[in-house]
Amino acid sequence: MREELLLRPLPAGDVAAAFQFRTRWDADLRRGAVSHYRLFPKALGQLVAAQGVRELHLALTQGFWRTRSWGQPPLGAPAGAELWVWFQDTVPDVDKAWKELSNILSGIFCASLNFIDSTNTVTPTASFKPLGLANGTDHRLLRYAVLPREVVCTENLTPWKKLLPCGSKAGLAVLLKAERLFHSSYHSQAVHIRPICRDASCLAVSWELRQTLTVVFDSFTSGQGKKDWSLFKMFSRTLTDACPLASESKVYVDISPKNEEKEFLEVTPTPTSVHKAVVQGDKRTYAVYDLLSPSLFNSSRSLNVQLKWKRPQDSRYIHYQPAQDRKRPHLLEMLIQLPANSVTKITIQFERALLKWTEYTPDPNHGFYVSPSVLSALVPSVVAMKDVDVEESPLFASLFPSSDGSSYFVRLYTEPLLVNLPTPDFSMPYNVICLTCTVVAVCYGSFYNLLTRTFHVEEPSRGGLAKRLANIIRKFRGVPPL
Amino acid sequence: MAAAAAAAADEAERSRGRRAALCFAAIAVLLGLPLWWRTTETYRAALPYAGIAALGRLPFQLAVPVSVVFTPGSVPADLPRQLPYRDVREEPVPVGSRTDVAARYEEVYRSITAREAAALGAATPREADAALHALQDASPGSLTVYVVPESSSLLPQGTNVYMGKHRSALVRAGQGLAALRARLQQLTRVMSFTASSIAAALADRVPDGQLGPDARRHLKSSLGYEITFSLLNPDPKSHDVDWDIEGAVNRYVQPVLDKLSVVANFSVDSQILYYAVLGVTPRFDKESSSFLLSAHSLPHVINPVEARLGSSAASLYPVLNFLLYVPERSHSPLYIQDKDGAPVPTNAFHSPRWGGIMIYNIEAPASPQASLPLHVDVDMVRVMEVFLAQLRLLFGISREELPPEFQVESPGNEGLADWELDRLLWAHTVENIATVATTLTSLAQLLDQISNIVIKDDVASEVYRAVASVQDAMAELAEGRLRSAFQASKEAVTSSERAFFDPSLLHLLYFPDDQKFAIYIPLFLPMAVPILLSLAKILREARQRKKEPTKMD
Repeated sequence: MREELLLRPLPAGDVAAAFQFRTRWDADLRRGAVSHYRLFPKALGQLVAAQGVRELHLALTQGFWRTRSWGQPPLGAPAGAELWVWFQDTVPDVDKAWKELSNILSGIFCASLNFIDSTNTVTPTASFKPLGLANGTDHRLLRYAVLPREVVCTENLTPWKKLLPCGSKAGLAVLLKAERLFHSSYHSQAVHIRPICRDASCLAVSWELRQTLTVVFDSFTSGQGKKDWSLFKMFSRTLTDACPLASESKVYVDISPKNEEKEFLEVTPTPTSVHKAVVQGDKRTYAVYDLLSPSLFNSSRSLNVQLKWKRPQDSRYIHYQPAQDRKRPHLLEMLIQLPANSVTKITIQFERALLKWTEYTPDPNHGFYVSPSVLSALVPSVVAMKDVDVEESPLFASLFPSSDGSSYFVRLYTEPLLVNLPTPDFSMPYNVICLTCTVVAVCYGSFYNLLTRTFHVEEPSRGGLAKRLANIIRKFRGVPPL
Repeated sequence: MAAAAAAAADEAERSRGRRAALCFAAIAVLLGLPLWWRTTETYRAALPYAGIAALGRLPFQLAVPVSVVFTPGSVPADLPRQLPYRDVREEPVPVGSRTDVAARYEEVYRSITAREAAALGAATPREADAALHALQDASPGSLTVYVVPESSSLLPQGTNVYMGKHRSALVRAGQGLAALRARLQQLTRVMSFTASSIAAALADRVPDGQLGPDARRHLKSSLGYEITFSLLNPDPKSHDVDWDIEGAVNRYVQPVLDKLSVVANFSVDSQILYYAVLGVTPRFDKESSSFLLSAHSLPHVINPVEARLGSSAASLYPVLNFLLYVPERSHSPLYIQDKDGAPVPTNAFHSPRWGGIMIYNIEAPASPQASLPLHVDVDMVRVMEVFLAQLRLLFGISREELPPEFQVESPGNEGLADWELDRLLWAHTVENIATVATTLTSLAQLLDQISNIVIKDDVASEVYRAVASVQDAMAELAEGRLRSAFQASKEAVTSSERAFFDPSLLHLLYFPDDQKFAIYIPLFLPMAVPILLSLAKILREARQRKKEPTKMD
């Protein structure tokens, strides 16, 4: 088991803290094996074994990662809940397993993942390739769903913490105080389970559980305008000891200078060592003072040259699966080669439609969420990265596999879209019933009246007041009375 | 004349109006109301209400086939008939509930065959039992009793009854038939069912206070159980505890579970939890320089631990937890004290229907300088002994108090004799039947009370299947076929639970009657008021007309 905390001051003055806990289990988790668990949590192990899961990625996120001001996210995740799972090819009914899996996960993590059904599940064909060991990528075994409405809070964090071998009693997890973690600009917790190679020869399979938690603290406002921060200021806790079960427990502090201003940071106490790594195409220095020339990637984001294309060119692969009402959502996948310094716009027209009245959420005027779009890219890196052993390198650099040093993998999520659908008047059915009933009652009443009223001949009488009045007037005029 | 004609026309007109009003009323009542009722009614398939009501009152008849085999020289002189002969002995089982339970021992008396006689010639009862087992094919629930002469040297001195590992027993003939009868009666009860085991199975129907303290200890009958062994290490800094749970499960637990697999499905798993602490701070005892947990604080131990145990994600079966707790270094050694203040020798306790906890103390290292963490390998034999005893206790197959003249063969590695399994099957079959009766009766009651519950055809067919299976199980019980009775009762439980927990039952539960009527009031009120008014008017006129002729006279 390894644990790691990466602290990174963000350009805007915030501080991002990324926790990663990795538990490796040198056993085959597949169906049928008698299960005796040590560090690996039993709940997840049983789930993987029972449902035939090959790879599971669940992210619960509150807030949105502002790539423009914060830079690349260490681990991208869309707002809300995201779940994608690769199943074993021995699973007979993937849809049933997916349904059961999401229900069980919803129980484990106290999240409303049970709302995942066929209407918000897609099977991407180009993106979301397995991150772990895989032979063959039959995309029919993949399921992907996003619930943008999901609100992440303490009740999701507690079960997540319970999965850690040391709980929140020792090690880095001591810092995970819900009160502080949710008092932040961005909170994202995730669980990744995947099969990995047990050793370099890769003859046996081990299972890896990574629990990641990324949180962004707005230290600028909470620190009275100073950019200083400390663990205590952010988490209102300090680290006292390492988890005795962990084979590695490290804190990385990103002290790479961000721009030419050569802003010097002072880290106390003095770091034990200095680590230089290439992360996301960027040479990063951790816990030392070092100069880094701004890379092309950083400068390209600040470029403002716009070059609009009518439609994306060079699209070599387009996969479009149209939606079926109430059965499955739209899925549009495109493989595009983006020209340098360009802006690519993909627009989709949609019509607003009326839903069935039972399909509206309890607060229909809030709007309906459209899941964020996902951009997965292999970005060419300017800094050559040498192949490193996964076991040796820090955890924050080793979740996404990189084939060679010349490029790195990045997955970006856009903001979820909130669409206002026409909202009917929900008291309308009752109004309609009332109106119809009234019309029926009026018709019925007159009909009834007509049929049951007794008619009889009226004796001519001396007339009423009006007649007498008319006769008096006639008398005055000298006309014969009525 | 004109006035009379006008009056006559008037009267005709009035009666036409009356008829029209009556027609309206008739149409509304005869056509409109049924139509409305029919279209807004909740669908409910026909259910066997009579059968369900009868289930709760069905008398249990438990038939036990017993063969009594006489060896030469053991036949009592006052035997009523010539061997072989059959006899049926019926006796009520007092369970103290509304249900009648009757035991029916179908006894077959015969003399011994040559091969059985040869088997009984063994030196010890254990060898004789093994040899006899090879000769008989005893079905579950049946018993074979071999009567040996009073002076036989096969049984040790002082032992009159010997119960083997399988479904047979050896009994000394005793003085006369009456003594033998008494021994047989006691033996058959121990080896099949007693009033207390049946009462525990019928616990739902027995009023409180009439049950013994053990009655609610046993696990409820279920189609499967999950057994979880957890090693709690609250102090991983000083103790590095390792246990060979896989080997221990294969060696000690699996044979028992294989034997019990007739009763239910079992799955076994284990986990190690770190930093899991008990909810109670133990008291330090200066005299023994140890920490003590008193009996009355034990109920508070489980809850904080249970939060860490985690629920089983993969199945819905009840979970049996067995926890091995290694106390922190600062709280070692830790002992459990019973009510009298004496330390419990096993240092373990169990919680009814939940599982057991054992405290495993680690001896402090001889030299205080020993490096931490201290590596410890758990002695699994000691642990598994306790856990297996607790497992037997939780399943209700613990030994009852027996008179000293009874000797019980140790079941060996299987941990369970055949007749103990039969006892479990008897109890579970009766419990299953009682459970089904309760489930179906509550379903019927619910349907009676809440008119909005929909019963679809498939739910109804499950109910029919459950009723049929229960009747089947009862019939098989009366015939003495325990295995098939148990199978039928299991099917009945499955069907009845499926029917009771079917989600389609709840579909219309959130449309209460008052709302339904509120919606229809704008239609009903304007229609009903004229009809009612004209009916009242007609009534009034009719009454007046009845009075008028009497006035004329």
